[in-house]
Amino acid sequence: MAITVSHLTKRFGTFAALSDVSIDIPAGSLTALLGPSGGGKSTLLRIIAGLEPPDAGTVQIGGTDSTTLPPQRRNVGFVFQHYAAFKHMTVAGNVAFGLEIRRQPKAAVKRRVDELLELVHMEQFADRYPAQLSGGQRQRMALARALAVEPEVLLLDEPFGALDAQVRKELRAWLRRLHDEVHVTTVFVTHDQEEAMEVADEIVVINNGRVEQVGTPDELYDKPANAFVMGFLGPVTRLDGVLVRPHDLELFDRPEPSSVAATVQRVVRLGFEVRVDLERDGKGELWVQITRGEAEKLAVTPGIELFVRPVAGAVTAGDG
Amino acid sequence: MAVGYLLALLALPLGLICWRTFANGAGPVWHALTSASARHALEVTGSVAVVAVVANTLSGVGLAVLLVRHRFPGRRLLDALVDLPLAVSPVVVGLALILVYGRTTGFGAWLAEHGVKVIFALPGMVLATVFVSLPLVLREVAPVLEEVGIEQEQAAWTLGASAAQAFRRVTLPAIRWALAYGVVLTLARALGEYGAVAVVSGRLVGKTQTATLFVEERYQNFDQPAAYAMAVALAAVAVGILLVINLLRPREGS
Repeated sequence: MAITVSHLTKRFGTFAALSDVSIDIPAGSLTALLGPSGGGKSTLLRIIAGLEPPDAGTVQIGGTDSTTLPPQRRNVGFVFQHYAAFKHMTVAGNVAFGLEIRRQPKAAVKRRVDELLELVHMEQFADRYPAQLSGGQRQRMALARALAVEPEVLLLDEPFGALDAQVRKELRAWLRRLHDEVHVTTVFVTHDQEEAMEVADEIVVINNGRVEQVGTPDELYDKPANAFVMGFLGPVTRLDGVLVRPHDLELFDRPEPSSVAATVQRVVRLGFEVRVDLERDGKGELWVQITRGEAEKLAVTPGIELFVRPVAGAVTAGDG
Repeated sequence: MAVGYLLALLALPLGLICWRTFANGAGPVWHALTSASARHALEVTGSVAVVAVVANTLSGVGLAVLLVRHRFPGRRLLDALVDLPLAVSPVVVGLALILVYGRTTGFGAWLAEHGVKVIFALPGMVLATVFVSLPLVLREVAPVLEEVGIEQEQAAWTLGASAAQAFRRVTLPAIRWALAYGVVLTLARALGEYGAVAVVSGRLVGKTQTATLFVEERYQNFDQPAAYAMAVALAAVAVGILLVINLLRPREGS
C-alpha cells in the first residue's frame, strides 16, 4: 500500500519537529527516512503509525485517509529501536499476540507462528523468553511479530540502532532480502547514511523537520539538492567555498589549467586509499582522497607543494 | 549493628508478646480469639480491610497510570497530594471525616436524613481505612510502570489490541509483582489501622469494634490474655502475608 503524507506539521512545545512535510511512498517500496538525530524522522514515522497525532496535515495509507484512525485500525506493523518485546511471553507468544487479538483459531495461529519464526530463522527459540535472547534475535522476533498480522505497511524506527556493528550489518542485508520476499511497503528510520544507501530503494532526507531531498541512493549521491544532503550522504571537503567530494579532486605536481596550489600537511594511509590533508596559503584547508598508486607517483610527503582541481563532472554543492 | 538495631526494635517486642501470649499454652489463646466479641471484631476488620484493598487497588492502579502515562495541568500537585495520607496523622484524618460526615454538619445531617450513617458505622471506618492506605498500591506500581515504559503498550496497539486488551495482556503482567506487593502492604495497613478508625468508629463493642480496637479495649479492661492473643494474631497475619509475597516474588532479573 502506498503512503501519502501531505503538509504534516508537528510541534512539541516551541520545538517544531515537522514543518509542512509532504512525501509519497510508493506501494511495495523499501524507503529510508534518513537524517540527523532530532531532525523529525522518528516523529514522522510515529505519525504514520498513529502513535502520535499531527498538529496539521494528513496521512493516507492505501488511498484511505488515516489521519484520525487509531493505530489499531491502520494495519501497520511497527518495530521499535528497543524491540518493545513482551517480556512475560515466549518468542512464540510474542509472535502470536496479534493473531490471538484477532481471535484466529489456535491451529491457524500455530501454523502462522511456525511459518514466521522460520522466516526470521528463530524456530529453535520459540519457547525462550526475550530476556534469554541477544539483541539481534529480539529484533528479529519483533519483526516476525509485526509481520504476523500481515500489515499493509511495515514501519521500523531505527531498527538496528541498538545493535553492535557486526550484527547491524548482517541484519541490514537480511532486511533487504526479507523485503524482496515479502514485498510489504516498508519504511525505516535511520541516521546512518551507509545503512540507508545499502538497504533502501528510495531515501527521504529529513533535517530540522523538513524534507531536504527524495530520491534513489544514486540520485542523492550524484545529484545532491543542497550542501546539507551532500554533506550528510558522504565525505565532503571545501574548495573555494564549494563543497566537493574528496575523491572528485585530482592532484598534480605542476600547475594545470584551473588548478590551485596547496601544501601537504599530513598523509594518512588507509589500506588502498590515501588521505591527503592540504593547506592553501591563507585560503583554508581541504583534503583529497587518492589511491596508493597515485600517492606514490606524486611522492606525496608533508611539506611539498601540489596543485588541486576538481575532476570533470565532479559533484559539487554551493556552501549553504 | 543493624542486626542489633532490628532486634531491639522488632524481634524483641514481637518475641516477648508471643512468649507472654503462649505462656499458658495455646488453649487460652484459642479461647480468647473465639469469643463472640473477638470473632465480631475480626469480622469487622476483615470486611473493612477487603473493601479498602479493593478500592485502593483500583484507584492505585488508575492513579499510577494517570500520573505516569499522562501529562496534564496539576499533575505534580496531584502527585504530591496522593502522599498526604502518609504525612497526616490518622487521628487528624478521623477528625476531618467527622467534620465532613458527622451528624452535626450539613452534609452529614443530609446523609442521615436519607438513612445513610457514616460516622460511628462501617462506611466511616472504610473511608478512614481507604484514606490512610491510599498511596500504597500507587507508590509500588508507579515506578515499575515508569520503568517498563509505554513501548510495549504501543506495540500491542499496532498489533490491533484495544487499550483495555493492551492493559490486561501487556501492562498488567508487567506490573503484577509491584501490584501484589502494594496489595499486601495495603492489606497489612488496613488490618492494623487504629487511630483514624478509633475516632470515626465510636468503638461500639460488638458493633464497630475492629481487631485493633479490641486489643486496646481488652487491655484497658485488664483482660491481658485476650489483648495479647489478638495482638499476636494480627501480627501473625501481617508477617505471614509479607512472607508469602516475598517467597512468591521472583528474584530480580529473572
